[in-house]
Amino acid sequence: MSAATRPEAGGSTAGLDAHLVVDRGGFRLDLRLRVEPGETVALLGPNGAGKTTALRALAGLEALSGGHLVLNGEALDRPRSRTGRMRAARGGSQIDGAADRRGVRWTPPEERRIGVVFQDYLLFPHLTAIDNVAFGPRRRGLGRAEARVLAAAWLDRVGLGDFGKRRPKQLSGGQAQRVALARALATEPALLLLDEPLAALDARTRLDTRAELHRHLTGHTGPAIVVTHDPVDALMLADRLVVIEDGRAVQEGDAESVTARPRTDYIARLVGLNLYRGKAEGHQVVLDRGTHGATPAGTATDGDASAGAAPAAEHQDVGAPDGPVVLVASDPLEGPAFAAFPPSAVALYPERPEGSPRNTWRSTVSGVHRHGDNLRVQLDGPLKAAADVTPAAAAQLRLEPGRRVWATVKASEIRTYPA
Amino acid sequence: MSTGNALSAKRVRRRRVPAALLAPAVIGLAFLILPLAGLLARAPWTELPARLAEPEMLAALRLSLLTATAATALSLLFGVPIAWLLARGEFPGRSVLRALVTVPLVLPPVVGGVALLLVFGRNGIVGSWLYERFDITIPFSTTAVVLAMTFVSMPFLVVSVEGALRGADLRFEEAAATLGAGRWTVFTHVTLPMVAPGVLAGAVLCWARALGEFGATITFAGNFPGRTQTMPLAVYLALQSDLEAAIVLSLILLAVSVIVLASLRERWTAAP
Repeated sequence: MSAATRPEAGGSTAGLDAHLVVDRGGFRLDLRLRVEPGETVALLGPNGAGKTTALRALAGLEALSGGHLVLNGEALDRPRSRTGRMRAARGGSQIDGAADRRGVRWTPPEERRIGVVFQDYLLFPHLTAIDNVAFGPRRRGLGRAEARVLAAAWLDRVGLGDFGKRRPKQLSGGQAQRVALARALATEPALLLLDEPLAALDARTRLDTRAELHRHLTGHTGPAIVVTHDPVDALMLADRLVVIEDGRAVQEGDAESVTARPRTDYIARLVGLNLYRGKAEGHQVVLDRGTHGATPAGTATDGDASAGAAPAAEHQDVGAPDGPVVLVASDPLEGPAFAAFPPSAVALYPERPEGSPRNTWRSTVSGVHRHGDNLRVQLDGPLKAAADVTPAAAAQLRLEPGRRVWATVKASEIRTYPA
Repeated sequence: MSTGNALSAKRVRRRRVPAALLAPAVIGLAFLILPLAGLLARAPWTELPARLAEPEMLAALRLSLLTATAATALSLLFGVPIAWLLARGEFPGRSVLRALVTVPLVLPPVVGGVALLLVFGRNGIVGSWLYERFDITIPFSTTAVVLAMTFVSMPFLVVSVEGALRGADLRFEEAAATLGAGRWTVFTHVTLPMVAPGVLAGAVLCWARALGEFGATITFAGNFPGRTQTMPLAVYLALQSDLEAAIVLSLILLAVSVIVLASLRERWTAAP
């Protein structure tokens, strides 16, 4: 296998270079992924987005239908369908050149040196914790005694030195998770994959285990990929996020850029931002009708028939009842754009405020929920949005579903960025 | 309060068995249990130790235990791979193969004996070759007893192990693969230990069936004391001359059945 290693002229071949294409009855995963040694990437996405499929393809539990999978310069999976096309395409990159010479390639999972921490840990129930951890080293040719010594050291490292003789059934969720991690790391994997590593844990265990997992991920010298649907896990564990939806990467970047500039409703919801898509014209962003919450005022779910039937058009700063909804931001931009603002930036008034900010609109409260120490208010109207208010303010405004209020957002609070 | 009473009344009503079901159930139970009770009632308890020590008795017992165990070993050796193939293999005609494997379960054992005789007899396809090449004659030997037992009892093992394999979580095998285990290692170190209860249950059932084998054995292996005369054959023979001996032998077989049943309690008699 090492013969497959070929140094690239332009840069390093270390790390993971993958283009995962998996076709499966109506679902198609098409994901490009590069992970540097020592880097941890989180694959973040809703259920059914293809995260687990991607992980299975990397581990060799599912074959690629297209694309390539190269780990530390060694091709692990390169299906036939790809080679012909690559030959025809620009033959510049290392991958294409390699394909020309080596062609189709498939390495079974047991030869990949890819460690996997599975969602339910999948500790072998018939083996003790230490034998679970020793399982990998034994398969890599270590003797029984040596493998045990190594396994004991790994159990020590995850803080479970005294639990070696226990069966998986006798371990708590957090302990099982750490044994699973030790089992994956004990094989000294070239690539570490974690599938929802914290999803099965209760909130308190999760906090401790997350911190410890982060420590081990930092210590891991190879690339690592964490699959999760939990943004907090992703933000805490990973250096970089790749957000996938419907089998495709929709956004990629470090925690700061992804959370500050979400590009899909999914991320916006996760990080708690109001997100709209539209066309920027200088300081103004004309929102796309019907896509990101911008709906005609008349459709507001409102019990008060007289108020709902006659939206006060002359007061609509953000848009006429049937015209486009416009947001005003302080930073100028041109072309397709996103506009985002946090719920805390929204101020609510019972009457139209005097000397008001640039973005003022009338809306109807459609829901009120607890959110931390505050209340999160769902607003319906020309601009669907969430607003955070203190309980005191909510009481003063008598906020309840159906209540009509004025909402304002300062231009300086609205972040705009190219779509 | 009133709702509570109504609920409990409802529960009682639901639990009461209709008379139309109760009567046949009681008659059926009596039919199943009475013969066993009769066997126990007629047993010569005082002479039991002496009768058990009789050489013919011991020979039949020894032969039965030996051949049934050998048949179980053969069934494990070939039956577990068959079960794996049926549970995990992907090939055309798998369902046909599964049906064929289970044929001995419903086939009259005598027919099985005749079929074995036709194949392994001196004029059979395999038998003639064995005789000419190696001067081996199988019918009417202890080997024939083992083969007859294996033929009728292996399907029990295959069915049990196949069920266990189908119920096993494949993800554990995937986890083993990512840890560097090849297919064979996965089978020996993960799959087999995880289906061990199913294999054990199948083996016990298989052994019990082999122990009780009569039809195929007497057809294919004959009835030679010490060589092919197993316990069931000895019971049948004793019935014609020495009723007490037949009862003693039957008691032993009954005891074995009860022990087997007890060891499989969880698996076979527990309500689902």
